[in-house]
Amino acid sequence: MSREPLVSFEGVEKRFGDFVAVQKLDFEIRKGEFLAIMGSSGCGKTTTLRMLAGLDAPTEGVIRLSGRPINDLPTWSRDTPMVWQSLALFPFLNVRENVEFALKMRGVDKAERRRRAGQWLDRMQIAEFAERNISQLSGGQRQRVALARSLVVEPEILLLDEPLSALDAALKVRMQSVLKNLQRETGITFVYVTHSQSEAFSMADRVVIMSRGRIEQIGTPQEIYRTPGTRFVAEFLGSSNIFTGTVAASGADGVVLDTAQGRLRLTAAGTRPAVGTRAALTVLDTKTSLSVDPPAGEANAVAVRMIGEEFVGATATIYLETADGKEIKVQKSHDELAGLPLAIGRSFHAWWGTSEGHLVAEA
Amino acid sequence: MNGAAAMNRNRAVDWALMAYIVLAYAFVFAPIAASFVFSFNSDRFPSIPLGRFSLEWYRAVAADPLVWQGARNTLIVGVVVGVVSTALGFGAAYTDYRYRFAGKQVYLALALLPPTIPVIILGLAMLAFLSRINLSGNALSVIIAHVVLCAPFAMAIIRLRLSQMDPSLEPAAWNLGASEWMAMRHVIIPFCAPAILGALFITMAVSFDEFAVAWFVSGLNETLPVKVLGFLQGQVSPRINAIGTFVFILSMALVILAQLLLSGRGTRTAARE
Repeated sequence: MSREPLVSFEGVEKRFGDFVAVQKLDFEIRKGEFLAIMGSSGCGKTTTLRMLAGLDAPTEGVIRLSGRPINDLPTWSRDTPMVWQSLALFPFLNVRENVEFALKMRGVDKAERRRRAGQWLDRMQIAEFAERNISQLSGGQRQRVALARSLVVEPEILLLDEPLSALDAALKVRMQSVLKNLQRETGITFVYVTHSQSEAFSMADRVVIMSRGRIEQIGTPQEIYRTPGTRFVAEFLGSSNIFTGTVAASGADGVVLDTAQGRLRLTAAGTRPAVGTRAALTVLDTKTSLSVDPPAGEANAVAVRMIGEEFVGATATIYLETADGKEIKVQKSHDELAGLPLAIGRSFHAWWGTSEGHLVAEA
Repeated sequence: MNGAAAMNRNRAVDWALMAYIVLAYAFVFAPIAASFVFSFNSDRFPSIPLGRFSLEWYRAVAADPLVWQGARNTLIVGVVVGVVSTALGFGAAYTDYRYRFAGKQVYLALALLPPTIPVIILGLAMLAFLSRINLSGNALSVIIAHVVLCAPFAMAIIRLRLSQMDPSLEPAAWNLGASEWMAMRHVIIPFCAPAILGALFITMAVSFDEFAVAWFVSGLNETLPVKVLGFLQGQVSPRINAIGTFVFILSMALVILAQLLLSGRGTRTAARE
C-alpha cells in the first residue's frame, strides 16, 4: 500500500431534487488499500460508491481517478467494476459467459476471452461450475462468480456494495477472508460499502464513517475504535460509555469534566478543550471495571445499579444504570466477573483509570 | 393429485369439481369441435347422423383462388403486424421501465387504451381516417389498424417481463463496459427474449382472428375471417368449417407456443428466489 492517492473526492456534493444525499465530500482513496465506507442506511455511502462507479453524476465537485477528472466519463468508459448487493449476475448466461461478459464488451477475441476468464474461474475455485446456470449455484458460489466477473478486466480498483449481506453468518465470515486475501494478493484497491461494523473492521485498512451525507471520521479500525472522532461515531460503534459535561479544568496534565454523573478526570494525551465548553468523555466498555466497593487510588467511579446481563460468547455484557437513569455497559470475560455478586438491582461501582478514555467536542 | 389426498378432502367434492371443469370446457369447445367434425363430413348441411368421412370441403377450399388470396393476405398482415407491434410494444414497455417523467400515468393509460375501444367504433374510425389520407382498402391499411389493436398486448406482455428483472442488471452491464446500445443487445433483449417471442405469437394470433376492423378497412384485400363472412352471405357451405378449422389450429398453435415461452419452459431463465 502506498500513500499515493488513486481516487480523490474534491468538494463532491450530490443532490436529488431538494434532498442532499452527499454534502461536500473531501477525501482520498490510496492506491492498493482496502477502504471500507460504513454508515447506516441513507448516510450516503452507496451514493458515494455509485458516483465513483459513474452510475450517478456529482451535482458539484470533482472526482479524480489517477489524477484525471472523471466526472463526465460514462460508467462504461471507466475501469471501476462493481460487485452489487444483489450480485446482478446475468441469469440468461452461464457462469463462464458471465465472467467473460466484460471482456466481450471490450472487444477481446474469443480465444483470449476464454483464457482470461478461465484463469479467474480457477482462481475463484468455480471452474467446475463453468457451464452451469446461475440458478444452479449456491450463495457462496454466486458470490465468487460476481467477484470473478468484476476482476476479469484486472482493474486498478474494485467497488463492492454490501456484497455479503445476503449470506448466512458462517459463510459471511469465510467470504470476508476470501476478500481480504484476494485484495492482498492482487494489490487491487478495494472500496467496500457496508453497514456492518464487523465486516468493515475485520477487512479494511482504513474505514470511512458517514452520517447524513457527511464524513464523520476516517482512520484505521484501531484509531476509530480507540479514539472516536465525534460523539456520533462513538454512539454508532456502540462500544463506549459516553459522559457529557462542562470542562472545569484543562491543562497539560489533563482535563476535568463536570457531568451529571460526577466529576470525571482524563489524563491521557489528546485534545484539550477550553474551560467552560461542552465535551463528552468516551470510555470503552471493555476498559470499564465493576466492583462492590469504591476503587482505591486515582480513578473515575460512578455509582450504578445492575439492570441486565447479556451472554456474548467468551465475554458477558453487564447493563447498569446510574441514579439519574443513564445506562452504562461493562464488557468483561467470565473469569473477571466470577468474583462479583451479580444480581439485578444490586449496587456496584463502575470505574476506570484516569488514563482511559477519549474526549470529543460537543455541539 | 397428491395435494388433494394430503388435504384429506371429500372424494365427492373432488369428483364434482372435476366434472364441473369438464363441462365448462365442453361448453367452450363444443361448437369448435362440431365445426371440426362437420368439416370432414360429406353432407352439405350439418346434421346427425353424419354422412361419410370426406375431404371434399378441404379440396373445394384448396381449389378456390380467392381463399388462397385471403390466406396469403392474412399471413402477410399477421406476420408484419406481429413484428411491428412487438417492436412498438417493446419500445413502450422499455420506456416505462427505464424512465421516469411527468405524465407517465397518462402515457401508460393511452398506450394500453386501444383494445378497450369497441372494435366496431375503432374499425369505423380507422376507415374514416385512413380513407381521408388515401390509405384505405389495401393490405397496408389492415396492417396499420391491426398494429394499433395489437401493440398494447405486446407492451403488456413485455412490461411484465421487465418488471421481473433485477433493476441492477442493466447498470451492471454498463458498469462492465457495455454502452447503452450494447446493454440493450446483450442484456435487456436476451432477458426479455421469451416475452418478445411470446408477444410476437400472441399479436400474430390476434391479427389472424380479427374480423371487425379488417372488414371495415380491408377493401378488396380481404383477410380470411372477412372472406368467411363473404361465404356465409352467399351460401351456407361446409367449406367454412374447413377454413375455420384451419384458422383455429393456426391460432391455437401460436397461442400455445407463446404460453410455453412465457411460462419459462425450454428457456434458460433462472428462477429468482
